[in-house]
Amino acid sequence: MKTPTELHDLSVAELAEQLRARKVSAVETAQHFLARARANAELGAFLYFNEEATLTQASAADAALAAGTSEASLLGVPVAHKDIFVTRDFAATAGSKMLTGYRSPFDATVVARLAEQGAVTLGKLNCDEFAMGSANENSAFGLVKNPWDQTRVPGGSSGGSAAAVAARLVPAATGTDTGGSIRQPASFCGITGIKPTYGRASRYGMVAFASSLDQAGPLARSAEDCALLLSAMCGPDLDRDSTSLDVPAENFARTLDDSLAGLRIGVPAEFFGEGLDADVRTAVDAALKEYEKLGAQLVPITLPRTELSIPVYYVIAPAEASSNLSRFDGVKFGHRAEQYSDLIDMYKKTRSQGFGDEVKRRIMIGTYVLSHGYYDAYYLQAQKIRRMIVDDFQQAFKQCDLIAGPVAPTVAWKLGDKSDDPLASYLADIFTLPASLAGLPGMSVPVGFGAGNMPVGMQLIANYLQESRLLNAAHRLQQATDWHLAKPEGF
Amino acid sequence: MSLTSTDIDRIANLARLELSPPESERMLTQINGFFDLVEKMRAVDTSGLQPLAHPVACWQDVVLRLREDAVSESDNRAANQRNAPSVEQGLFLVPKVIE
Repeated sequence: MKTPTELHDLSVAELAEQLRARKVSAVETAQHFLARARANAELGAFLYFNEEATLTQASAADAALAAGTSEASLLGVPVAHKDIFVTRDFAATAGSKMLTGYRSPFDATVVARLAEQGAVTLGKLNCDEFAMGSANENSAFGLVKNPWDQTRVPGGSSGGSAAAVAARLVPAATGTDTGGSIRQPASFCGITGIKPTYGRASRYGMVAFASSLDQAGPLARSAEDCALLLSAMCGPDLDRDSTSLDVPAENFARTLDDSLAGLRIGVPAEFFGEGLDADVRTAVDAALKEYEKLGAQLVPITLPRTELSIPVYYVIAPAEASSNLSRFDGVKFGHRAEQYSDLIDMYKKTRSQGFGDEVKRRIMIGTYVLSHGYYDAYYLQAQKIRRMIVDDFQQAFKQCDLIAGPVAPTVAWKLGDKSDDPLASYLADIFTLPASLAGLPGMSVPVGFGAGNMPVGMQLIANYLQESRLLNAAHRLQQATDWHLAKPEGF
Repeated sequence: MSLTSTDIDRIANLARLELSPPESERMLTQINGFFDLVEKMRAVDTSGLQPLAHPVACWQDVVLRLREDAVSESDNRAANQRNAPSVEQGLFLVPKVIE
C-alpha cells in the first residue's frame, strides 16, 4: 500500500487504480493535494479553493467507489481547472480584475464532462488575463513561478496549470490553447500537454479570447494521463457550441501501445532555422533519434509560411478578442467604475480600470484592424494567408503522418525578461502558431533539458482528428525514455 | 505605415478605453512596433484566395446548426443577475441615457 506522502507521485492512471482498489479514499486524496497546493502557495499556481465543494465531490466519489458499479474513468482523481473555465462552485475570473469575485451560474462543458467521469475539482489555476500572454506575467492576481527554477516564467497562458502539475500539486489540469497556451507552458515546465483538433472540446463556458482559435485540452505528466483526460473532455456539444464538431467521443488511450514502425515523421526546415537556440535543438534532435530507433522514418518537409503565422495570428486573435471583450461594459456582470459622468464614460472608465495592459493592447490592435478602411488590408489579408498556412500543412501531410519540431525557440526565460517588450514575447510563439491557425491537434512532450537545466519540449502535430496518433507517438517515446519522469527539486 | 497619437485616441474611443497620456504614448510606440511586423504580411500575394474565418471550414462543410425552437431552460434570472453591478426589480441599472 502506498503511503499518503507518495500519493502525489502517482500518475493519473495509477491513482485511479489505487482509488478503485480502495487503497486510498478520494477524500484522503483530495486532502493530501489540497495541503500540498496550500503549502506551495508561493508558486502562485492556484487562485481559488473551495474546500467544502472539493470534499463534497470527493465524498460522492468515495460513495460511488464503495458501490463499485460506476464505470467512470476518473473516480476520485483530483484535477484543477484553468481560471478561464467558468465554474459554479469556484470563482471564475479569467485572471482579470474585470471579473473579480465572479461566480458563474453554470459549469463549463469541459468541467462538467470531467465531473461526470468522477474527477474531483481541487481549485482554479492562475493564467494570463483572458489567456493573453506567454509567460503568465499578465495575470491580475500575480505571476506564477516555474517549479524548475523559481526565478523563471512557467510559460503561458496556462502557466498555473503547467506549474501545478510539474510541482505535483495536482495530478492533471485543464488548460486552453489559442496560440500555444497549452503546449508552450507544458514545454517550459517539463510536462505533457495536448491541444485537440479545433472543435473537439466544447468552448461552452470557456471565457472567450479568440473564438476561431480557442481550444481546451489537458496538461499532465505523461501522454497516457493526457489520453485519459482528453477522452473525458472531448465530444459533441452541438446545442451549446456552434463550432463543436459532430464527432463522437473517443477513447484516445486505445492505440497508445501501437507500434511506430513505418511512421513517417515530417521535420519542417523552418522550425530548425537560425531563431532556434542550440540547446533546444540538441534536445529535440536527440528525441528524433529515439523515434528512428522506434522504427519511425524522418522526412524533411517545409512549412513556408511559418514566420508569417506571427503577424497573421496577431491580427486575427486581437480582432476576435476586441469583439469578444466588448461584453465587458460594467452592465450585466463584472467590474463597474465607481465614478462616471454618463453611460459612455462609465464604459470607458470601467474598461480602463478592469483590463490590464496586454489586454488593452490587443483590444486596440483588434479594433484598429477591424476599423473602416483597414479591414481588407489587415483582417481579410490575414484570413487569406491563414488559408495558405492550412494548405501548407495539407501538402506536408501528403509526405508524413506526424510533424515534429520544437515547441518554442528557447527554454523558459527569467521572470521580467520580456514583460516590457510585448513584441519579443509574440515572436517566441512562432512554432505553436501555425497549428493553431490551421486548427490542427498538437502536443508538447518533454525531451530533456537545455540551458540552466530547464526542460525542453518537443512539439508533435497531426492532421485533423488524429489525436490518438499523437498520443500513441508520445506514449511510445515515454516508454522508451525517462525525460517525462524527471522531477523538479524540492517537489 | 505609422500611427499618430490622434489615431491612438480615435481607436481608444472606438474600443471604449480611456488611456492616460503616458499610457497612450507607450501604446503608440508598441503598436507601431507591432505594425512593422505586420507589414511583411501585407506584401504577400493573396489574389484569388478566399479568407478563412473558421478552421473547420477548410476540411469539412460547415453548416450552421439550428436548434429546435423549444423552451429548454427555465427562468434563471436571479442567478444570472447575481453578478450584475447594479440591479433593481430584475432590471439592470445604467446611467440615464435619455434626457
